Amino acid sequence: MAEIDYIAQAKESAIAALVGLALTVPIVGLRTDSSGPDGMTIDVRMLDAVLLAIGIGVGHFMVNLARGLLQQRRRAAKPAIARAANLKSVAYFLGAGALVFGLVLPGLPFADRYVMDVGTLVLTYVMLGWGLNIVVGLAGLLDLGYVAFYAVGAYSYALIASHFGWSFWVCLPLAGAFAAFFGIILGFPVLRLRGDYLAIVTLGFGEIIRVILLNWYDFTGGPDGMSRIPRPDFFGLPFARSSPDGATFHEFFGLEFSSMHRIIFLYYLIFALALLTNVFTLRIRRLPVGRAWEALREDEIACRSLGVNPTNTKLTAFAIGAMFGGFAGAFFATRQGFISPESFTFIESAVILAIVVLGGMGSQIGVVLAAILLIGGTEIFRDLAEYRMLAFGAAMVAIMVWKPRGLLSNREPTVRLGPKPGAGS
Amino acid sequence: MTAPLLAVDRLTMRFGGLVAIDAVSFHAENQKITSIIGPNGAGKTTVFNCLTGFYKPTSGRLLLTTPKGEFHLERMEDFRINQRAGVARTFQNIRLFPAMSVLENLMVAQHNKLMRASVWSLAGLLGLGAYRRAERDAVELGRYWLERIDLIDRADKPAGDLPYGDQRRLEIARAMCSEPRLLCLDEPAAGLNPRETLLLNDLLRFIRDEHNAGVLLIEHDMSMVMEISDHIVVLDYGRKIAEGDPEAVRNNPAVIRAYLGEDEEESA
Repeated sequence: MAEIDYIAQAKESAIAALVGLALTVPIVGLRTDSSGPDGMTIDVRMLDAVLLAIGIGVGHFMVNLARGLLQQRRRAAKPAIARAANLKSVAYFLGAGALVFGLVLPGLPFADRYVMDVGTLVLTYVMLGWGLNIVVGLAGLLDLGYVAFYAVGAYSYALIASHFGWSFWVCLPLAGAFAAFFGIILGFPVLRLRGDYLAIVTLGFGEIIRVILLNWYDFTGGPDGMSRIPRPDFFGLPFARSSPDGATFHEFFGLEFSSMHRIIFLYYLIFALALLTNVFTLRIRRLPVGRAWEALREDEIACRSLGVNPTNTKLTAFAIGAMFGGFAGAFFATRQGFISPESFTFIESAVILAIVVLGGMGSQIGVVLAAILLIGGTEIFRDLAEYRMLAFGAAMVAIMVWKPRGLLSNREPTVRLGPKPGAGS
Repeated sequence: MTAPLLAVDRLTMRFGGLVAIDAVSFHAENQKITSIIGPNGAGKTTVFNCLTGFYKPTSGRLLLTTPKGEFHLERMEDFRINQRAGVARTFQNIRLFPAMSVLENLMVAQHNKLMRASVWSLAGLLGLGAYRRAERDAVELGRYWLERIDLIDRADKPAGDLPYGDQRRLEIARAMCSEPRLLCLDEPAAGLNPRETLLLNDLLRFIRDEHNAGVLLIEHDMSMVMEISDHIVVLDYGRKIAEGDPEAVRNNPAVIRAYLGEDEEESA
C-alpha cells in the first residue's frame, strides 16, 4: 500500500491543469488594453495562459508526490516511544542552546541596538508567557485578561518610583506584590467559573483595569500616560554621562561612556527575571501545590474528593501568575520610561495567550520558541508592512493544523520511580 | 459498645419534589465491608454524594467517629471531609488525572500531608531536608500501593493510558493514599472481567484487614457483593427495605420482590 500510484496522480494533475486553463484563459489570456490609439483593444496572450496551466498541473503533481514520499517515510519512522524520547532530548538541547545564546547575545558582533531591543522585547514576552503558563498551562484556568496584571505592575512601579523616589530594586517586589494582590481580587469572585465563563470574566477584568487607568486622570495621568519614570541603575550606579551625586556606571568601571550600557543592562535584567520565572515554575511544579494545579486542571471533582482545597489552590495560581506579570510590567515601565493605557489593550493578552497555546500548554521551552516566532517574527517581517498580520495569522493556522497541541507539548512527570527513559541515548 | 465508624441517621435528600433518599438509617463498622445495593435509581450514589459532601442533605445526620474525634459530615465542605474526617471515595465513572503519571496521581492524594511538610511551599521551594524526607515517604507510600495493585512497572506512565481495570484499581489506591478511615467505592467492579473482579475482591479484603479502615461499597455485581460483604443495606426508591448479613438479605422476600418484581397472583 506504500507504493505511489503515479498514473492516478498524473490524471489528477491533468484535471487540475484543465481547471487551471479554464481560469487562466479569461483572466490571463485576454487582456484589455485602452492605452492604444484606437480605443480599447483586446490583447490575446494564449501562450501565457497555457504555460500557466501547465505550471499548475506540474506543481500539483510535485506537491502530491512530495506528500506521498513524506507519508512513506513517516510509516517507516521510529515507533512513537522513541520519538517521544527524542523530542525530550531535542527540547533539552534547545533549552540549553537558547540559554547560552541568550547569555552571549550582547557580545556577538551583529548585536547592535536594534537586535538588543528586539531581544529584550522577546524576553519580556517569554517572561509574560511563562507567567501566564502557570495559570493557563498548569492550573488550566483560561485567563484572557493577563495584561491587567502587566498594567498593574507597570503603573505600581511608575507611581511608587516617581512619588517616593525609591530605587528599582525596592519597587520591583512591590509591583509584584500589588499585581499578586490584584490576582487574588480577581480570583475570588471567579473561582466557581470554568472554561469559557472564566475567560469572559477575566477578559472583562482586563478591560476594567484599562478603563480605570484611562479615566482616573489625577492618579494615573489618564490617556496622557506617565512619563519620566525613573530608569534603573546598576545597584546605585546610574547609567549617565555624569551624575551630580557620585560615580556613574562607566566612571566606576573605568569604561568609555556608551548608551549601549543601559540597553545591555536592561537586556540582562529581563534575562534574569525571565530565568527566575522559569526556575520558579520548574521548582513549584514539583511541589504539592504545583501538582495540585495540574490535578485541578485534569479533574476538579476528583481533587475535592482527595481533600485538595480548590479555592486556595486556584488563588495561589492566580496570585503567582499575576506576580510575574507584575514583575514584567515593572520592567516594561522602567525600560520605556513612559507608559500609557495604550500599551495594555486586549491584543496584548491575546498575544501572550497565543504564545502559551502555540508553545504547547505547560511547556517551558515551547513558550520560548513561540515568543521568538510571534514577537521576533513580527519584528523581522516589519518590511512586509500590512502583510505582517497576514503572515502572523497564517503561522497560527499552520501550527494549529500540524501541531494542534502546541510546538512542544511533551509532559515530564514531576516525580519518578524509575530512571529517566532515553537518558544518554 | 463503642460507637460505629459511620452512623447514618434518617438521611433525607430531596431534589425539588423528588425524594431521592427517604429517612435512611444504617451503620458502617470499622474493618468491615458494608455494601449498599438496590435497583437502578434506588438512591445509592446519592447516599455517597451526601456522605462525601457533594450534596448537602435535606435533613438527617451523618456522624463519623474516629480516634481523631467526631465529625458531622453533613455540615462539612466537600474537600474537608477528606482532609479532616478521612473519608475517601472513588467514582462510578473513573476520575483519574489522565495526563499525570500513575505515581503523580498517588502524590496528589497526599496533598495535605505534603503541603504541611512544605510549609505552604516555602520549605519546598528552598529544598529543605524536612520536606525532602516527607516527599520521599510519600513516594514510598505510593510505591507500597503500586506494588499492591501490581502497577509498579507503569508508575511513570500517564494514568490515562492504563487499561480500564488498572484504572479502577489505581483509583482505589489513590483514595487509600489519602489514608482514610472510611473508603467509599462507587461500583468498583463495573466493566471488569471476572479475573479483574477477583483481584478487586482481594484488594478490598486486604484494605479491610490490614488498613484499619471501613469500606462502604455500592455494587451491582451480586456474586461479588455476596462474597465479600460483612453487612448489606438494600435500598429501593430511596427507602431502606432490608439490612443484614449476605445470607439474610439473599432470602429476604422484600429484596427478592424489589429485584425480580412481584408475582401476578401475589400482587392481585
